[in-house]
Amino acid sequence: MKHTSTSTSLKDSAEVIGNDNGDRLTLALVGNVNVGKSTIFNQLTGLVQETGNWGGKTVELKKGTLSHHGLQIDVVDLPGIYSFATYSVEEQATQEYILTQKPDVIINVVDATSLERNLFFTLQLREMGLPVVLGINYNDIANKKNIRVDTNLLQEILGVPVVDTIAIKGIGVHELVDAALEFLDKPVNNTSRLKYGIEVENRIDQLLELLDNGFPETPSRWQAIQLLEGKNPALSADDKEMRAIISNAEKLAGELVSMHGEDISTIIAAERYALAASITEKVVSRKEAVRKLSDIMDNIMLHPIFGYFVFFLTLAAILIVVSLFGEWVTGVIEGFFESIKPEIAGSAMNIFWNGGVIGFYAALIVAIGFILPFFLILSWLSESGYLPRIAFLMDRPCHTIGLHGMSSIPLIMGLGCNVPACMACRVMNNKRDRLIATFLTTMVPCAARTSIVLGLVGAFIGWQWAVGILFFQFLLIYIIGLILNKIMPSNSPGIIMEIPEYRWPSLKNVWRQAWFRFKEFLVIGVPLIVIGSVIIETMNVYNWLDYLTDILAPLTVSWLGLPAFTGVLLIFGILRKEANLALLFSFAGGAAITTIMTPLQMVVFTIVILIYIPCISTIAVLLKETGVKATTLMVLAEIGLAILIGGVAYRLLGLFL
Amino acid sequence: MHNSTEEYLEAVYNITRDGKAASTSDISKRLNISAASVTEMFKKLADEDYISYSPYHGVTLTGKGSALGRKMARKHRLLERFLHDTLKIGKEKVHDEACAMEHTLSDEAERALCLSLKYPDRCPDDEKMIPPCDLDFATCQECSEWNKGNFEQLRKRQKEVISLLELKASREATIAFIRGGKCMLQRLCDMGLTPGTKIKVSRIAPLKGPVEINLRGSKLALGNRVAGNIFVEAPDKIEQNERKG
Repeated sequence: MKHTSTSTSLKDSAEVIGNDNGDRLTLALVGNVNVGKSTIFNQLTGLVQETGNWGGKTVELKKGTLSHHGLQIDVVDLPGIYSFATYSVEEQATQEYILTQKPDVIINVVDATSLERNLFFTLQLREMGLPVVLGINYNDIANKKNIRVDTNLLQEILGVPVVDTIAIKGIGVHELVDAALEFLDKPVNNTSRLKYGIEVENRIDQLLELLDNGFPETPSRWQAIQLLEGKNPALSADDKEMRAIISNAEKLAGELVSMHGEDISTIIAAERYALAASITEKVVSRKEAVRKLSDIMDNIMLHPIFGYFVFFLTLAAILIVVSLFGEWVTGVIEGFFESIKPEIAGSAMNIFWNGGVIGFYAALIVAIGFILPFFLILSWLSESGYLPRIAFLMDRPCHTIGLHGMSSIPLIMGLGCNVPACMACRVMNNKRDRLIATFLTTMVPCAARTSIVLGLVGAFIGWQWAVGILFFQFLLIYIIGLILNKIMPSNSPGIIMEIPEYRWPSLKNVWRQAWFRFKEFLVIGVPLIVIGSVIIETMNVYNWLDYLTDILAPLTVSWLGLPAFTGVLLIFGILRKEANLALLFSFAGGAAITTIMTPLQMVVFTIVILIYIPCISTIAVLLKETGVKATTLMVLAEIGLAILIGGVAYRLLGLFL
Repeated sequence: MHNSTEEYLEAVYNITRDGKAASTSDISKRLNISAASVTEMFKKLADEDYISYSPYHGVTLTGKGSALGRKMARKHRLLERFLHDTLKIGKEKVHDEACAMEHTLSDEAERALCLSLKYPDRCPDDEKMIPPCDLDFATCQECSEWNKGNFEQLRKRQKEVISLLELKASREATIAFIRGGKCMLQRLCDMGLTPGTKIKVSRIAPLKGPVEINLRGSKLALGNRVAGNIFVEAPDKIEQNERKG
């Protein structure tokens, strides 16, 4: 087998994962959103990765290693995009990666159920003259819809290998790699049957001829088309020569414009779609249309009344199931550790048990009882295709705060964890929308914070209070949204989003995604909590805590009416929010929390915890996504809000509790 | 007298937007003119084939009347945008100013205004949609790049266009015109919404919610405002109904 890696070092992009592998092969997965690209990636690499089902969730490039017949191959999963028009960050990242990193083979995954739109992108890849292997996914769903794709004919027309796949069952996935390797041995790269309208073709040929004279590299159709469209095709040439070519391209484009009476980008897009449509017509045979389950389901799921009903029912069910499950897990784990609890004597033993062990099992409770089920449910929803429906339903409500339906997805994901949710805000291609959505997302009670609400207020005061606090938090998010919308009015035109077919998620894939998050938490979160818990217990044993609590006392005790020790919790809670509950248990030292906190204090403490600051991991993401200035502002705003609302709540709720 | 024809047709156009007929009292209230004068004017406009008038039902616009009414509404709202955005005149004042200016604004100036304001789609005071122009362009990009010959040489659109929001659900239509800047157009084209494409609206969420469309064998959700800027050839039936009155 031939190893033909052409890795180059990356100059000006920190976003892109470099091919630092020397002589290993690299395969890059590209395609539209929702085509099952990430599922194929998971099947190939076995690496657990986020796979999603909605606009641009795969915003980062992911890399994994595949062992194929004893050959080590790097596989890169690129963001799902619809075009190379460099409209969004995903498009730019993908284009840049392909052009600078030159992966050995590009695996273009397409959706058999909407071949026409998918081929639009494939045609762009073919224009670029790239080594492409096509994987047609969702053949099972296509079959159900009576759609058959003639793979052989498609292969003939496109001039590249085409493989049938059903990614979630792993069918055809390794054949894709075989095809890619075969391709490297014997490149097939025939674009002769991919021709646009004669007027456009003539002009592409003229430009190619001009480009051919005196350029070291072979120009591609794509570069000629870029020139026609008035874009910079990234060709190295001295200025004078280039200027001449550009002015020629302008002239040729002008001819097309006057002929078609449309602007040049529209002409090119229409040509590509016309070709994609004619190919689709040739290779796809459709028997009589079946009324699909998907359509029937949408009549309910997108219904102006029932749709919201289903949505809220789903949300409520998630919260109830997770809190019941969490309660059960808490009982089991606590019971186990209580049963093996040794005699505690001396400061060292105290630190070991009350700090280390209790910290450890409290972290386990949060991880197994709350984080894992939350992510299982969320990834199931995301795989099933329900999330774009939620975006559709929530589009109108989101408009009142100047956002659109897309932003409801990070907000809902935020219920699981703010970290991926903040990253997901990148799908919004408008800076203002992104900023507001990110800020609101950090306010969404994540699983960890919800676990505090349920585990503290819910468990010790009553579920009504827990629901009330969560409701208040959502109201607060909405009000802040209204205020931000007033300060920064929207100018975004709205969503343009694909609504995919419903799919029965592969449980393996769902489990892998949830496991990934869970593992991440086990590796990073648990040690942090144990260390924090040990430090606090040590300070407690040697009576050092008093200094810290004294400094914070004016705020915690006088203004918020909390016990003095909560000052420490608030500081350590920055590490991870769920640490608050864990540390609170270790403070109580095995006794019931009710002995160290009154119900009113629990409520105020929970409200402050919900608002006061994003956890350290979220802050890290915020810094990367929004910059130092915006992050500082958000953090300060949230601290201020928490202090203000906490103090007011202490005084107002004191009348009831 | 010509001014008042335009003013009447604009008023009727605005009222009949939702598909209902305009009554004498609607117009009388809107233009602050006595019912008797309105009835008299209706008769005159009906004679000139601008409206179809049935005494107890109210009036609807004919094809000819609709074109003129839409044009006046467009000029009015474009002027409002100009007064508000460029001249920084308060929202509450732009309506009256625009009312006075709209009748003297030539079609050529209307196009220039639209181009310089970057193809606005809503008027500033009540967020009403600015009707599309009547020039035979498929995109605003094309209009902005057109630079040969005089304005008089520009062709008018053959068929009336309506936005996706006005298209009845599950009716198929062909994209005739897309309003908006280069970025928006590129995005729509990339998603398959090129002029000339057949699409079907399958669902319009209530309260100005998003629109679900079928095209090229797949489904897309479009925000309400995006959908409002995609225009299709009006289906024949609607036109016939309008003619019949």
